[in-house]
Amino acid sequence: MGSMSAILARLPAGLAGSVAAVLAAFLVGAALIAAVGVSPVTAYAALFEAALGSANGLAETLVRTVPLALCGLGIALAFRAGVFNVGAEGQLFVGGAAAGAIGVAGAGLPSFVLLPAMALSAMIAGAAWSGIAAVLKLRFRADELITTIMLNYVAIHLVSFLLHGPLKDPNGALAQTARLTSDGRLPVLLGGTRLHAGILVVLVAALLAHLFLWRRTEGFRLRVVGLNQRAALNAGMNVRRAVLIGFLACGALAGLAGFSEVAGVQRRMIENLSPGYGYTAIIVALLGQTSPFGVVAAAFLFAALQIGATTMESAAGVPSTLTTVIQGLVVLFLIGRDAIPLIGDALARLGDALARLGRRRA
Amino acid sequence: MTETPPLLSMRGIRVAFGAVVANDDVDLQVAAGEIHALLGENGAGKSTLMRVLAGLIVPVAGEVMIDGAVEPLGSPHEAMRLGIGMVHQHFMLVPTLTVAENVCLGLPSTGRFLPDLKAAARRIRDLASRHALEIDPDARIADLSVAGRQRVEILKALFRGARILILDEPTAVLTPQETEGLFRILRALAAAGTAIIFISHKLNEVMALTETITVLRQGRVAATLRTADTDARALARLMVGADVRLPTLDDERAAAPHDDGKSDAAARPILTVAGLVCRDSDGVARVDGASIEVGAGEIVGLAGVDGNGQQELAEAIVGLRAAEAGRIAIAGEDVTRGSVARRIALGLAHIPEDRQHTALVEPLAIRDNFAVERIGEPPLSRRGWIDRKAVARLASEVMAAFDIRASGPGQTAGTLSGGNQQKIVLGRALSRDPRLVVAVQPARGLDVGATAFVHRQLLARRAAGAGVLLVSTELDEILALSDRILVVYKGRIVGAMARRDISVERLGLMMAGKAA
Amino acid sequence: MLAVLTDPAFAGFLSATMRLAVPILLAALGGLYAERSGVLNIGLEGAMLTGAFVGFVTAFATGSIAVAVPAAIAAGGLFGIVLAFYAVTLGANQVVVGIAMNLVAVGVTSFFYRLIFGAGTDRPRIDTLLPPGFGALADWPLIGPLLFRQDALAFLALALVPLTWFVIARTRFGLDIRAVGEHPEAAETLGVNVAKVRYGAVAISSGLAAFGGATLSLAATGVFLDGMTAGRGYIALAILILGRRHPLGVLGAALLFGAADALQLRAQILPTGLPFQFLLMLPYVLTIVVLAGFAGRGGAPAALGVPFRRLKKD
Repeated sequence: MGSMSAILARLPAGLAGSVAAVLAAFLVGAALIAAVGVSPVTAYAALFEAALGSANGLAETLVRTVPLALCGLGIALAFRAGVFNVGAEGQLFVGGAAAGAIGVAGAGLPSFVLLPAMALSAMIAGAAWSGIAAVLKLRFRADELITTIMLNYVAIHLVSFLLHGPLKDPNGALAQTARLTSDGRLPVLLGGTRLHAGILVVLVAALLAHLFLWRRTEGFRLRVVGLNQRAALNAGMNVRRAVLIGFLACGALAGLAGFSEVAGVQRRMIENLSPGYGYTAIIVALLGQTSPFGVVAAAFLFAALQIGATTMESAAGVPSTLTTVIQGLVVLFLIGRDAIPLIGDALARLGDALARLGRRRA
Repeated sequence: MTETPPLLSMRGIRVAFGAVVANDDVDLQVAAGEIHALLGENGAGKSTLMRVLAGLIVPVAGEVMIDGAVEPLGSPHEAMRLGIGMVHQHFMLVPTLTVAENVCLGLPSTGRFLPDLKAAARRIRDLASRHALEIDPDARIADLSVAGRQRVEILKALFRGARILILDEPTAVLTPQETEGLFRILRALAAAGTAIIFISHKLNEVMALTETITVLRQGRVAATLRTADTDARALARLMVGADVRLPTLDDERAAAPHDDGKSDAAARPILTVAGLVCRDSDGVARVDGASIEVGAGEIVGLAGVDGNGQQELAEAIVGLRAAEAGRIAIAGEDVTRGSVARRIALGLAHIPEDRQHTALVEPLAIRDNFAVERIGEPPLSRRGWIDRKAVARLASEVMAAFDIRASGPGQTAGTLSGGNQQKIVLGRALSRDPRLVVAVQPARGLDVGATAFVHRQLLARRAAGAGVLLVSTELDEILALSDRILVVYKGRIVGAMARRDISVERLGLMMAGKAA
Repeated sequence: MLAVLTDPAFAGFLSATMRLAVPILLAALGGLYAERSGVLNIGLEGAMLTGAFVGFVTAFATGSIAVAVPAAIAAGGLFGIVLAFYAVTLGANQVVVGIAMNLVAVGVTSFFYRLIFGAGTDRPRIDTLLPPGFGALADWPLIGPLLFRQDALAFLALALVPLTWFVIARTRFGLDIRAVGEHPEAAETLGVNVAKVRYGAVAISSGLAAFGGATLSLAATGVFLDGMTAGRGYIALAILILGRRHPLGVLGAALLFGAADALQLRAQILPTGLPFQFLLMLPYVLTIVVLAGFAGRGGAPAALGVPFRRLKKD
């Protein structure tokens, strides 16, 4: 324990906070596993073995990393601009539908035309969906937190309508698009696994986001606007523009996540494209301290958790929804680190009181 | 041989916030019926000492005695029980509630579960008439004038049975005439046996009102003396510890005999405001047809009691607030609808009152705070790519020029002292060689040394040919620096005065909205 | 005219309006306490879900709704205290805390649901609460379907509207809540314990939201489903804005949303030609329209969303 805190002390403050929060969440998770009557060691071993212990497991984890990281990057950029965009889920759906529609319509086009067209249309669709919330905020001062959540529900119903109607595969019974031709699919990177080129898209996106935030004037302005809008305005910055960039970047990246799920995993647009990636990505963005590479690392961790959980459920009998609990706890511990000095104070007071009591007895 | 103990006696009070000692070994004695001044600069520890008395801060050492008995003071309830009442500098009134509701707040004796507002209103009327305080218990605080709110604050303390009444800088928000009214109320209260502690840094008020003066300097008692035995000059020396004089425009003129303040200012207006109207979110006109002209090479002081639209006027000029009607021009160019960026490009520099929220980005490093206005220009960036070395270089230069004390340009701005933060704001605004400076309360919260620095900088910009609009509620500051003085009242410019015609009495009448 | 009022289809619509309004009315009344005290309770959604789950499990175990409802409210209160610890004691960003708490609620409820009932396809059910028979009263025009076809929980919810008004407007606790939401420093200097008042307000707030969630599982469906609140906690936040944070306004706004929900349910059966997905969108679209139309018009407590730090420095 002592060496652990020594290691944490040497890390930069933000990183140490994130690591400590993850450890604490896993600790509580262990207590829950024990409550089920299973050894936490067995359960966690099964989890990580499944997620990281084999080429296929690792590939699956990386596949799952892609949507979490892309949505997380988008949300992080929005947060940096002071925009609480929690609409990545809906933006992902809209992006996926756009990619699916273009992929089906453009069947026959060569891959180097079709894939970029699908990606671009997904980004435009996601950004446009996010743009609705931007207009509502900038024009009508409607709080984006609620509008983006509402737009998530609207998007899912809208996509459901499209898949039951105009985009439905005419030769199938299910509410989904026709299967994409091989030219409309992201190439597989590792034979025998599902690992697709989407992970490369993630790395490029993270690098670009990093350069944007720390080396570009627009990124500087976006950060200033996010930290203090009034000061940004006073310094002559175009606050509305920075806020708009935050919204659009989030929508475009979430849309891209929809594209990569459609072109890399499902190979068609389906009704249940995402089991809540856009929501988990909020935690990913926070855990990554809204820094692009931190977001990718956090996405990888949560992906491993989700992939391993299914195996843990079948091997150890722990409900796989434990991962959702752990993910939520990570945030609570992350923002709860200010409590540590308070708890320290309380313990010290308790110690004093006990000492006084001891003296009185003596 | 027993002597009646004083009503209030504080002994050896020590308060520390981390490493900063705010009060050190402070003694203070106040008798019933006495008006006692607590005098000191910003940051001398006056407010801290009074918060100890109000039960809001627990000192690490020292004791408080009431009627000769040592009393534990750890909560506002405790202070109230002992008859200590405080009128805070920023009124502690809930604006959306009525007078009676405000008075009943936190007072279980008016009804533990269901406060009896009608009974409270009766008692308020009764108390108010006894002390000649004009108050309607059913009025909403938000609808009262500033002086009216202050009367409610005093009444709130009396309602709670205050025998010791503390007033923290009570005249800052009042016109000279309203100040006279307050003094009459305080003298009457003292005559009825209330001990009054009057916190101020205004020497003339302290001399006019009080009987005894305790001067605080850097958290310690510099002296306790009878008002009759001292004068303003001696008090000033005790406050700052040395003979510090603030620079004035007269020094400037004495040094440059050709400077008669008239130069060719009128011929070259750098700022023109005509018929400006601004409304707040409730549709109330905060600026109501104001017209102002500031020429190159002059300082125009905009005097007025706080809350008469000067804040909104300044915000409109710098582009933070939309103008509903009227016209604003900087260096001859109409910027009424122009962006802040356009105004900055035309030579505007803004020193806002609320520097922590309007000027600084506290979580960012000092160097980034210097870069916010010109990150898009070379050498700080080229084709959108930031040159981080150039950003650091600029920061080092300005930090040296404006004597900003920090560990380096990488230090977070929010961790600096108030004086150094203000220097960052000044440095950023003035190092660009602006043609128009809009300075709002530029010395608020600063000690004498920092104030002198700020005033010298403003005079230097004037000498360099810039126009300066100085917005301040501190009449002394306006009088010391202005070539011309304009008075704002309820959003209108109600009077103008050249330096040679200045009359404080006329200014006071104008500030109260009475034609003079 | 009278023919419309007594039309069975219209009566059915009115009765459904009230039934669908009850959960969001309770959550919004809860939100009122928190927001008037200056705390933005984004956690209403999670509190509702917690209430739906705890209410369901308790009813399943005891067979008694009279036990299930207080259990759900208590669980919601606990949820609120945790949220208040972050929002009040730690002064954390209230939006982030609320979102995090909602995600935790989704995880915890679905984890324990699976733990208790397994992952089988057979969903356990409980008997839903039925309206007591009011006889001919139920056929009165307007009033009948709105009131006398409702269950006991709906009456409790409606009774909470005047009660909330009384608490906020007339009691000392209400005075404290209003003061703390507008000017916490002033309240503190007068000896009001800001943290205590806010803890109380947030606990009540989440407790009422949990009550609202419990009506979903106990009265409306008889089952518990993952994420069954489906954004109603967020809709409640919009209702607060539309209802200007006043109990009567909140009742009106909740009825409006109930009517929208009832309308889309009815319209799905009718041959309107509209795809059902567009009808399902209706409450969410209405929320967006309300926010766009009424947000930013002022009326919010001055200290809403701002953590209060005790006076330390001068």
